[in-house]
Amino acid sequence: MLMTALPDRVSVGGATLEVLRKGKGQPLLFLHTGHGIDPSEPFLDALASEYRVIAPAHPGFGSSDLPAGITTVDDLAYFYLDFIEQEDLQDAVLMGSSFGGWLAAELAIKGTGRFSKLVLMDALGAKFGDREHREIKEILNTPIDDLPATLFNDAQIGAKKFGNLDFPSMQEAEITRFARNRESFLMFGWAHALFNPKLVSRLHRIQIPSLVVWGEQDNVVAASYGQAYAKAIPGAKFASIPRAGHYGYMEQPAAYADAVLKFLAN
Amino acid sequence: MEVWQFCEQSMHPAWSRIQGPTKVTIPNEFCDPVVAHELYNRYLDEWMLGDELGYNIFVNEHHASANCMSVSCTLTLSILARQTQKARLLSLGVPIANRTDPYRVAEELAMIDVISKGRLEVGLVKASPFELSMSNQSPARIMDRYWEAHDLIVKAFTSREPFSWEGEFYQYRNVNLWPRPYQQPMPPMWITASSAANGRKIAQLGYVCATFFNGKGTKMLFDAYREEYLKTHGHVAPPTRLAYLGMMVTGHNEAEVAERVAKMQVYLDVQPRTPKEWTNPPGYESLEGNVKALQVGKKGGRLNFGLPPNPTMEQMIEGGIFFAGTPDQIYNQIKKFSDSVGGLDHLLVLSQAGELSHAETVDSLTLFAKEVMPRLKELKSSHEVIPIAAE
Repeated sequence: MLMTALPDRVSVGGATLEVLRKGKGQPLLFLHTGHGIDPSEPFLDALASEYRVIAPAHPGFGSSDLPAGITTVDDLAYFYLDFIEQEDLQDAVLMGSSFGGWLAAELAIKGTGRFSKLVLMDALGAKFGDREHREIKEILNTPIDDLPATLFNDAQIGAKKFGNLDFPSMQEAEITRFARNRESFLMFGWAHALFNPKLVSRLHRIQIPSLVVWGEQDNVVAASYGQAYAKAIPGAKFASIPRAGHYGYMEQPAAYADAVLKFLAN
Repeated sequence: MEVWQFCEQSMHPAWSRIQGPTKVTIPNEFCDPVVAHELYNRYLDEWMLGDELGYNIFVNEHHASANCMSVSCTLTLSILARQTQKARLLSLGVPIANRTDPYRVAEELAMIDVISKGRLEVGLVKASPFELSMSNQSPARIMDRYWEAHDLIVKAFTSREPFSWEGEFYQYRNVNLWPRPYQQPMPPMWITASSAANGRKIAQLGYVCATFFNGKGTKMLFDAYREEYLKTHGHVAPPTRLAYLGMMVTGHNEAEVAERVAKMQVYLDVQPRTPKEWTNPPGYESLEGNVKALQVGKKGGRLNFGLPPNPTMEQMIEGGIFFAGTPDQIYNQIKKFSDSVGGLDHLLVLSQAGELSHAETVDSLTLFAKEVMPRLKELKSSHEVIPIAAE
């Protein structure tokens, strides 16, 4: 579940991060949603069958340190630039889901020299519409009981990912991860409301093959928003996955993995 | 003991038509401007009467709320600064972590202090969690923002030279407060608290510590304040530092009291009704506090004053939430509560709430002022009741 600790640790500029490392081969940096990573996630296992998956818990998430001064998505992106250099990633795949997709886009506009492909899944971070309509549903303060139905097409799968929200039965460390993830997600996502107004005008800088994957039942950011994302990135392909909500890769891991692995293989 | 007259300036005539949340999402169709005009003026009239009767005045603010139409402490106080003569004027408070411009807050407060000839008391509050949806300020790091705004306001009040400010949250090329406060070096400062840890912080600053509807939790808070004050300042807290807010209504007989309580009690149902996503957005409470709440299976917001649903009048009186009775009864309730918390310096009374009419409010306020207030003034203040031995 999403409250389980990741097994490995890595030190970046004095900050210790939790990280999940799986598989061998070409490196693949996976950036997680605002609610963390399930270390036994089938989607990541599928990727790890062909790639060397590196999936850190972002600063401020899980038990990863939050270094002083890191308060914005831009700060996080610069932090990850250091991490990418430290890991000496070359010819790597950059991938993110939801909040992590936003972060991946922020990294990609800063330079794609170390990456050969980009995959955005149900990504946040862009503003396409007018000033009087929100395109991104408010998920920073979603009541806890409403999280599964909001983030997943199948609320039961979602509930399972959140340990059925049965907090009194959880370890304190697990509850702390959950509460800390919510707090950090809100801090990074608050202003503007889960987007960077400058991002869209910078997406043209992404000059590597890119895939945008979307859950057909994503009610947080609609598939039309995903199509707009794909249109804004030169040459990007778009794929949609049936019976999948905003955290679609967690509920349709095989379909997401299939779409992603096919794209990466070409 | 000083008594402070408080009222939330509610749009109570609309309450019976409102299902669910009474704030944030409730459309302003429910706020009839003709009714609002009458009510604003009624509430101001009641405070002007309170001024004549010997009350001090306490105002607050909320936003998009059927329970409180005051959108700004300083707006309400600027009217009362001119229209009252004697009352101390307390803003409790300005939600500074919600304000984008603390310099402006200091300016408005200083102007009120000067117009009122030094009658202002400055309360700075964290703001209710649901207010963040309107101010659009982040719940995350709210207290970091609060303290930076506080530091800037204090410096603006006390500095006699222009200065610049390049903080994390606020930046100014030139802060230069005109007018400076009438009271030197600055007006008395108030902060609200409910936990002992926050009480200690306020004690260190030497400010007035106010707590709202805290009931049985009040003693622990006040004890912590007194202990920390003595430790920090080397002498016991002066008898002007501890304040408590409860509801208050009096009447000429028990039947009248019961009728008035019933009209005010609606407030306890209406006031807490908040869209659930805004009862406790992540970041508003401490991480430790949120973890503790989840451990006991609590996923939502705050408790409703620690009372059972549909509390009886006796439960509300016993819980220290409501002071209600004939003058003798109410004096005894207040004295008992004051004794139970080691002495109370300021009694803040929510003396109009719910459907209590203007005539009833006026009658209750007048009766209390004539029959109860003189006896409360005689009550010994906190530091005289329980002397704290120096270590």
